[in-house]
Amino acid sequence: MLDHDLETPLTDSSEEVDQLRAMWEIRFFEEECQRLFAEGLVGGSTHLCQGQEAVVVGTARALRPGDKMLCTYRGHGAVLAMGAPLDRCFGEIMGKAEGVCGGKGGSMHLTDTSVGAYGSFAIIGAHLPIANGFGFAARYRGTDEVSACFFGDGTANIGAFHEALNLASLWALPVIFICENNLYGEYSPIASTTAIARLADRADSYSMAGEQIDGNDIGVVRAAVEAAAARARAGEGPTLIEALTYRHKGHSRSDPATYRPAGELESWLKRDPITLLEDALEGSGVPREQLDEVREGAERAVVEALERARAWSEPDPDLRLRSVYA
Amino acid sequence: MSTTITYRQAIIRGLSDAMDADADVFLLGEDVGAAGGAFKLTDGLFDRFGPKRVFDTPISEQAIVGAAIGAAASGLRPVAEIMFGDFAAVCFDQIANQLAKYRYMTDGQVAVPVTIRMATGAGAGFGAQHSQPVENWFLNVPGLKICVPGTPADMYGLLRAAIEDPDPVLIFEHKHLFNLKGEVDDTPAPARIGEAEIVRSGRDVTLVAIQSMRHRAVSAAEQLAADGIEVEIIDPRTLAPLDLPAICDSVDRTNRLIVVQEASASGSWGATVVAEVLSRRFESLDAPPLMVGGDDTPIPYARPMEDAWLPSVERIVASVREVVAF
Repeated sequence: MLDHDLETPLTDSSEEVDQLRAMWEIRFFEEECQRLFAEGLVGGSTHLCQGQEAVVVGTARALRPGDKMLCTYRGHGAVLAMGAPLDRCFGEIMGKAEGVCGGKGGSMHLTDTSVGAYGSFAIIGAHLPIANGFGFAARYRGTDEVSACFFGDGTANIGAFHEALNLASLWALPVIFICENNLYGEYSPIASTTAIARLADRADSYSMAGEQIDGNDIGVVRAAVEAAAARARAGEGPTLIEALTYRHKGHSRSDPATYRPAGELESWLKRDPITLLEDALEGSGVPREQLDEVREGAERAVVEALERARAWSEPDPDLRLRSVYA
Repeated sequence: MSTTITYRQAIIRGLSDAMDADADVFLLGEDVGAAGGAFKLTDGLFDRFGPKRVFDTPISEQAIVGAAIGAAASGLRPVAEIMFGDFAAVCFDQIANQLAKYRYMTDGQVAVPVTIRMATGAGAGFGAQHSQPVENWFLNVPGLKICVPGTPADMYGLLRAAIEDPDPVLIFEHKHLFNLKGEVDDTPAPARIGEAEIVRSGRDVTLVAIQSMRHRAVSAAEQLAADGIEVEIIDPRTLAPLDLPAICDSVDRTNRLIVVQEASASGSWGATVVAEVLSRRFESLDAPPLMVGGDDTPIPYARPMEDAWLPSVERIVASVREVVAF
């Protein structure tokens, strides 16, 4: 059983306070996205990541400028964690011309290469072979950049996952495969779709370093990714990290998640990664008032970013013809 | 000054010259390295350039194409081989959903200068799953360029152009043409993707054909010339972009159109040519356009069946007579 205290003692509280801010911004951003959908300002569907903030922020803080990150359609948090601007991410989700992708991509394809966020991908598993390519390029050029990719537990059963892990291990590519195991692939609990219980065990099949970690303990996440990155930079190859976590909301906008057993959500809410970090910071001497200010500042930043984005115009429809080719 | 070389040698020379010209070009695929390729299309390149630039992959088409995508997005120039075009079905997602759309969805943040080489075509008794002309599978996927060279000179020129192109290019190398000899300039001018060739001028009918069918069309034209029927043969050389102006100008002169292709008609480039000419040059036509193609069946194995499946020179001659007699 996962316990309620953080495993890794806090060493630098100012960095952790900033991590808390980043997690709050993601949390408020996702809450606003939910409201935007209810208002009819966003098309298609949305896949929110409340409850999984520690995995993405912990990872982003373990990477260096020049490292590459790829994620899934549940990727708002990952892209924000890498440093993409709140307003332009809202803009993209609302289909504004000023969105990070000019309104061409939408929620499922948030990309900001200026901060190392090299794409959100909407086909399960497809970006894992692509992450290998980024790792390959670093090795080809003799640099020590790593590429990190996020994906869910459902991805562990699709072909591209297996092809990518085999190749990454065979070629000792500097890739960090981070599986956000939130126990459900869409509406299906993992036990109903997956022949093994512990996804990290699949690393053994590919002769790769692998570990299962508490994805809601940001210090643990950061340490695990730092260690994987160090291995990768030293030429020791890829790592599969299975980060146990939980999503507070359904798979997508239309999913009320009634397939979850009674009490499961409540027990995971007690292990909310934000609460865990706040408690740890308070325990290490950070005043509650300061923590409240961090939360309020994050909320303000998100609200102001949304206001700016709402005022932006939609793209000229003729721009749909741009960027098919160079 | 020019030399007579085979289509296969043109491939090897094109790859070799491309790698000499640009250190970012590298080759990957199944058995392309020490073995020199299943069809010996990369023969000698491993010895010349070494394992950093010419290397083998596992049988993992999704991983091969994905690695190429990520490497290209990092600024390298990968040339990936898919051994048989039929195998493109295994990595169709990587080609159609990832490669073709990565630039567009990110509004140009990412460039993907990938070249994918695939062996195509029937006539060698390889059976239903190793003989398909698969170029048509990709016609309805915007974001790709498609090259179908039919001579050693075009094979060299389009391969060099494909590798230098900033966009994804699929280049289909026809199995029946590997030993075909032709003149290639010693210092060839760069080929332009999207430019058709008038193989033979004639006043009576425009015949559009690629690769092995182009050569059968030439034989048919020689037979028909003995009866005073002059066939104008157009080889589009690329299917995306397609040189419709050249085809339309030819129909303006001849007033009759035949398309000869290996593949069956449904959803084919030939059907596209017919539809476009009808809509753009209705007034120029003195006869209904004809399509000559493979049967609407998978490709059979036994020699007499496969021979009957493919448009023969006799069938081409008969269809020209039919169009001219209208």
